[in-house]
Amino acid sequence: MIPAEFDYVAPDTLQEAIAARTAGGEDAKFLAGGHSLLPLMKLRLAAPTLLVDLRKVPGLSGVTRENGHWRIGAMTRHAVLQDSHELGAISTVAAGIADQQIRNRGTIGGSLAHGDPASDLTTAFLAYEGTLTATGPDGPREVAATEFFQDYLTTALAEDEVITEVRMPRLEGYGYGYEKFTRRAEDWAMVGVVALVKQADDGTCEDVRIAMTNMGSTPLRARAAEDALRGRPLDAGSIAEAAGHAADGTDPPADRNASEAYKRHLAQVMTRRALTSATK
Amino acid sequence: MTLMDDRTSGNHVGRSLRRKEDPRLITGQATYVDDINITGLLHAAIVRSPEAHAKILSIDASAAMARDDVHAVYTGEDMADLLAPLPMAWAPDGVEVHNPEHWPLARGEVKHVGDPVAIVLGTDRYAVIDAAEDVLVEYEPLPVVTDIEQALEPGHALVHEQFGTNEVHKWSLGGGDMEAGFAAADVIIERRVVNHRVSGAPIEPRGVLADYKAGAITVHTSTQVPHFVRLFMGLMLGISEERVRIIAPEVGGGFGAKLQVTGEEMLCAWASRKTRKPVKWIETRSEHMATCHHGRDQIATVRLGAKRDGTLTAMHADIVADMGAYLMLLTPTIPSLGAFVMGGVYKIPAITTDITGVFTNKCATDAIRGAGRPEATHMVEVCMDQLADELGMDRLELRRKNFIPKEAFPYETALGIVYDSGDYHAALDLLMEKLDLPALEREKEELAAKGIRRGIGFSTYTEICGLAPSRVTGPAGFGLQTGLWESAIVRVTVTGAVTVYTGTSPHGQGHETTMAQVVADKLGVDPQNVEIMHGDTGTGAMGLGTYGSRTTAVGTESVARASDKVVEKAKAIVAHALEAAPEDIELRDGKFSVQGSPDKGMTLAEVSGMAHVRPELLPEGMAPGLDETSFYDPNNFVFPFGAHACVVDVEEDTGKVKVVRYVAIDDCGPAINPTIIDGQVHGGIAQAIGQALYEHVMYDEDGQLVTGTFVDYALPTAAELPSFETDRTETPSPVNSLGVKGIGEAGTIAASPAVLNAVVDALRPLGVTYLNMPLSSESVWNAITEGSRA
Repeated sequence: MIPAEFDYVAPDTLQEAIAARTAGGEDAKFLAGGHSLLPLMKLRLAAPTLLVDLRKVPGLSGVTRENGHWRIGAMTRHAVLQDSHELGAISTVAAGIADQQIRNRGTIGGSLAHGDPASDLTTAFLAYEGTLTATGPDGPREVAATEFFQDYLTTALAEDEVITEVRMPRLEGYGYGYEKFTRRAEDWAMVGVVALVKQADDGTCEDVRIAMTNMGSTPLRARAAEDALRGRPLDAGSIAEAAGHAADGTDPPADRNASEAYKRHLAQVMTRRALTSATK
Repeated sequence: MTLMDDRTSGNHVGRSLRRKEDPRLITGQATYVDDINITGLLHAAIVRSPEAHAKILSIDASAAMARDDVHAVYTGEDMADLLAPLPMAWAPDGVEVHNPEHWPLARGEVKHVGDPVAIVLGTDRYAVIDAAEDVLVEYEPLPVVTDIEQALEPGHALVHEQFGTNEVHKWSLGGGDMEAGFAAADVIIERRVVNHRVSGAPIEPRGVLADYKAGAITVHTSTQVPHFVRLFMGLMLGISEERVRIIAPEVGGGFGAKLQVTGEEMLCAWASRKTRKPVKWIETRSEHMATCHHGRDQIATVRLGAKRDGTLTAMHADIVADMGAYLMLLTPTIPSLGAFVMGGVYKIPAITTDITGVFTNKCATDAIRGAGRPEATHMVEVCMDQLADELGMDRLELRRKNFIPKEAFPYETALGIVYDSGDYHAALDLLMEKLDLPALEREKEELAAKGIRRGIGFSTYTEICGLAPSRVTGPAGFGLQTGLWESAIVRVTVTGAVTVYTGTSPHGQGHETTMAQVVADKLGVDPQNVEIMHGDTGTGAMGLGTYGSRTTAVGTESVARASDKVVEKAKAIVAHALEAAPEDIELRDGKFSVQGSPDKGMTLAEVSGMAHVRPELLPEGMAPGLDETSFYDPNNFVFPFGAHACVVDVEEDTGKVKVVRYVAIDDCGPAINPTIIDGQVHGGIAQAIGQALYEHVMYDEDGQLVTGTFVDYALPTAAELPSFETDRTETPSPVNSLGVKGIGEAGTIAASPAVLNAVVDALRPLGVTYLNMPLSSESVWNAITEGSRA
């Protein structure tokens, strides 16, 4: 519970932060809330030599609405998202992260950059097909959610890049459902499911997006379930049938709380529940 | 502070006074071990084994020693001057107990993950932990023993070669004719009852600050048992006991985890003497999970026999218990504590418990809240439901039919244990009144239609606590090599303030309040003017500490008896001053006066003033002062009891269990402070629900701890628990003058079978008839899936 020795800086500008991170070499890390990184350091599973804290960098926090998107600053705390009810599913997902103390410190940029498939906002980001801005020594670039998550704790972010902004489409007309199955309220999801559903005028499913937490080495889309529902009437029968495909093609990692078989089962149950709430 | 009349009128016992402890605790003014610093102190970090079982080939501390901020590194070889290994306090007549030498630092071999190998001392806490990683230990792995049933098979790898077996001991307690009992049974059920390993997990982990100076040592340690630590530290270090002072400052929870004489305490004390500097060690959470003793970890085969009409005829429990790698202070005694109340609240003519202790390459087990009694209660109460199902009988009717009736107390069980008092029907009646079972049953169908299975589980229990009495627990009886009495000093100062010294060592239970309530009523003073001093062997009373729900039944009784002596002396003084007979003096509304003449009289402050300032006015030959000591060793245990009900909703499609209601009726005799009792019951139930549903210390087959953090070891939070519904019946104990019984462990002892029985009740319609803890959602879902198939 005592981390190895490290240096710490809290620069006042983004340029200084990136410069500090680059100068720090491969063992330097950005600190953006720290509620994943610091426990790893205290357990000595991570031992960065330099932490570059982004807390003083101006302009990285807050939620604004622009051209059909939500622009969310990367240092926006989970607690702010939790209280921004206009964000719909994102707000609901944020409200279910760990406990209030963690939500008061953790940030959306930190969470996405960590790339943990068991974390909640990664799944919402994938379901929304959001984009983010990654800024490095050569300036900003856009990365789509579909390209961002590469493997367990591995993202498309280069070592000296920092997420500065996250954008989610507003998805007018979509209903949403979020189901997180945990042992205790504060725990990581055994399986979590975000469902976004657009209903056509005739009551059928015009569009559906289902993303799942902790069902693989990255957050995953349940494409087979989506395909099974698209164009179908949004009734209990077709929802149940579609949900039955939620775990298709997945290879979920077993852990102490849930075996692979149980996770595959939970994925179907949580998908059914999320779709049901999304179509209410 | 003024002495207000209504506060001295003698009616504090029975009222929910706010805890005197709380202002300092909730405003950050409490002093824990880690808050204490002494100039020049060295911080200690302990190098611990990453292997479950291995030979130590070499230890190279040169890299650590080369660091500027490291003062010294010591290994087991450096500590050859210790006069004795760590203590195990049980030596029962006629029982062979294999007890390996257990040293603060391993000598030659390590026996479990976390076994201490070296201590690093330095001037900076962070630096010593870094330096500990630089101590290179070369291990040769040895075969690992983790499964207690396999461990007993011939030819299995051994934890301690010298014994030629992994068996620690065998111990039995029985009474009645077992053969006749089972022969008389029409139905015998047999169940394998698993009670898995748990951690006490106090919020403050352990911590030690040892300071050796001028031939004497003072040790601040986060402990429940300062007097035990003093005794054994003196013996191990060869320091005469009067020069060993142990202080338990504020202690942030114990739950039995700090009922121990630990290697770390001895290590810090030894290192302080060696370096002539104060040495401080503060345990990390990771260390605590791996190396502070665990609890439970038993597999029992339980047989329960009954006649067709439900009359119980015999009970047998065959327990295999995981002791871990070493025997600590009470390790092998824990399952035996449960054996004393095997059979619970029922008339059973023949009962036997057979216990086999087993070594494994895991951290030792020892007392964790309830200590053997939760396991026994779980066996009895789970099997009562199993039997009711087998007989096709209502589970409450079965219980009521076999309850020891009120008029049978004091009741001697088949085991020769005498239950002091009880009214089990009354507790269950009150429970049923609060519960409204018909309404819960009606909701069952509605919920089932939504895929929710509602279950209601019961536990009617008694337990044995107030440890003491020495004649039963001590060398002549059970075999603990100590008496378990208590002592107290009640000291009235010249101004009438009251300081009470107790040999117990409360650490969160609220005894500073409840003892003050008792003393205030005895002496006619305001409880705010009664200060309870505890946890320091250098000041005040001797005693044995706080555990086994003994502090009120033994410690407070001792305080009450010392108070009575003060009152007796005060009455003699007042009688002399008023020219009356001592037996005519009464204490009313804070004043000692002659019966029938309330106008003339003296307050305690006036009496004490006279006793200290004007001793010439005292009766002829009376010594000055108003300061009395009592020693108290009860003639029996006390036996709290009660009836608990748990209501669960189980999601059919996931197996998730939600506790929706928990109703507890407990009887610990006349309540001293109802709110404090509620608090103890709440915490106790939470701990048992934790075990039933979430908490599980797990090792893999290589002996690696896989639940080393609070992420993996899941303590329940408020979000997982319902708002507990509590009430009491009050059946006085004849054992002590206050009529009180312990309540610290009752909730934990009672609750786990109520939870388990509720889940089984919920799933019976799905074909599930029996389950073991912990009831994780996956294990419940598996049971549903298999039950539906069957």
